[in-house]
Amino acid sequence: METILALAIGVLTGSGIWLLLRPRTFQVIIGLSLLSYAVNLFIFSTGGLRTGAAPILERGEAGSLAQYADPVPQALVLTAIVISFATTALFLVVMLAARGLTGSDHVDGKEQDS
Amino acid sequence: MQPLLASPLLIPLATAAMTALLWSRPVAQRVASVAGAAALSIATILLLLEVAGGPPLVGRMGNWPAPFGIVLVVDTFSAIMLAIAGLKALAVAVYILGSGRASRDRRGLHPLFHGLLFGVCGAFATGDLFNLYVWFEVMLIASFGLLVLDGTRDQVEGGIKYVALNLIGTSFFLIAVGLLYGLTGTLNLADLARTVPTVGNQGAVAAIGLLILVAFGAKAAVFPLFSWLPAAYHTASMPVAAIFAALLTKVGVYAIIRVFTLVFGYDTGFFGPMLTVVAMATMVTGVLGAAAHYDVRRILSFHIISQIGYMLVGVALMTPLALAGSILYIVHHIVVKANLFLIAGAIKREGGSFALGRLGGLWAAKPLLGLMFLIPALSLAGLPPLSGFWGKLAVIRAGLEAEAWLLAGVALIVGLLTLFSMVKIWNEAFWKPQPNPHPVIPLGRMARFGTYAPIAVLCVLTMTIGLWTEPFAALSVAAAEGLLDHDAYIAAVLGPVQAATLTETTP
Repeated sequence: METILALAIGVLTGSGIWLLLRPRTFQVIIGLSLLSYAVNLFIFSTGGLRTGAAPILERGEAGSLAQYADPVPQALVLTAIVISFATTALFLVVMLAARGLTGSDHVDGKEQDS
Repeated sequence: MQPLLASPLLIPLATAAMTALLWSRPVAQRVASVAGAAALSIATILLLLEVAGGPPLVGRMGNWPAPFGIVLVVDTFSAIMLAIAGLKALAVAVYILGSGRASRDRRGLHPLFHGLLFGVCGAFATGDLFNLYVWFEVMLIASFGLLVLDGTRDQVEGGIKYVALNLIGTSFFLIAVGLLYGLTGTLNLADLARTVPTVGNQGAVAAIGLLILVAFGAKAAVFPLFSWLPAAYHTASMPVAAIFAALLTKVGVYAIIRVFTLVFGYDTGFFGPMLTVVAMATMVTGVLGAAAHYDVRRILSFHIISQIGYMLVGVALMTPLALAGSILYIVHHIVVKANLFLIAGAIKREGGSFALGRLGGLWAAKPLLGLMFLIPALSLAGLPPLSGFWGKLAVIRAGLEAEAWLLAGVALIVGLLTLFSMVKIWNEAFWKPQPNPHPVIPLGRMARFGTYAPIAVLCVLTMTIGLWTEPFAALSVAAAEGLLDHDAYIAAVLGPVQAATLTETTP
């Protein structure tokens, strides 16, 4: 499972960065979204990857990651998802405004002279 | 949970809500905005008096014990930053009365302004790394709204770059947070200060430190991550640019100083030289950028970058004197730089332009404005006996004492180049004859009061810091000692007993 998750995070990050380097605002925003997905998955994975483990401790049990699933990264990731959703929505609004004002979807607001 | 500790967060939040409710009543909205800023300023000064020199004040959210719940920690350094932010908020809120167009009010200037203060105060007060991220985002969203307030093409273009680069910085920060949590199992700053030095894999810790440096560096606009700042700041309206210049990058600087003294402070051998190089490069690139431009706003924007370099000297050298110098420098810079932006707004109103080529003759027309420009401008360049002199003196002396000759030399030369660009604005805008005379619309009484009162008060403050440095210097030294006294911080947050029991039960 770790290999698959690591590959997924890597692919998402790579695609995100490639898109970020593109000159169109739409590509930039998709790149940013992919990057934030990768980061979210990464934070999620820092709690350890386990199946069927409860995020609470049994009575008398030592607080070790071998016994339970750490709930803190899940809480962190939830916060991060909500915030990145909000910033993406905000960015989209401004992107549309820029498209309307400049008539171009280039990040510099005008096509490059070739 | 002391009410005084929560007040820097609750007052801006309540004011933002108030001003949003009063959206359709411009007069009441402006009154609420100024009243909220005044209350914030008073509360933060009371907090500073309470905390100064003593142990940090700690507030536990929901009364959860420290490493499990979120804590607010205000030590002397935080309290200084909060107090100066409150003061700045009041100055800008009054300035908005004089210069703000009514259309800006209807676009939500006041709620966004107080939302920004909410984020800034939260970032200064928090004692938790993930909570710091949340405050960064609050700040980012509010500042983005403020940046594109007028909805002009330039602003929207600058806004896209601003947000995109800040979001990339945020991704770096989140990766670092994830790694740090994976290594130590905690994100509480005091708990991190305790556990990070004991982590076996110090290579990973160094990598995390670098990721955090990139993330905070992007917020603070250090070399080479500053490109968003000159792209965005000069497009904002002047009151907005003033509050950005005063507070936004300073939150990044605050975060760098806090984390690199408290959490990574034990490893100065690795981060010290790196921060020294970054500080020098930031100073030089900023000042050279300023020298190349002929728009008042762009010159001032590049000077923000240059000054960030001085603020990093403290954390690069990590001596008490250098840190005290940096803190004094931040206080001076927030006062002076925001004032220069307010003055740039006044120049635009009186002279009709921001471009130096089209300005002129302001000294003959408005000698008082000229005088009020000279005080912060010369202070920025570090001429005695103004406030910038003492900050620079302390920083450079610390550099000489630490035998960082190159750093001290660069700081001195950059000071000279700063003087050059300030004299350039002086010569072009005030001294040379007006190239194309145009009819000047005289300001109304309210507009004149709103424009000049904050500028005058900030000028007086600059002179005060310059001429009566003793209390400010003593406060900076106390804050620097507080920053270096990790044990007191850890004990205040975790409590001595609890710290002991935690280490026992950790498997």
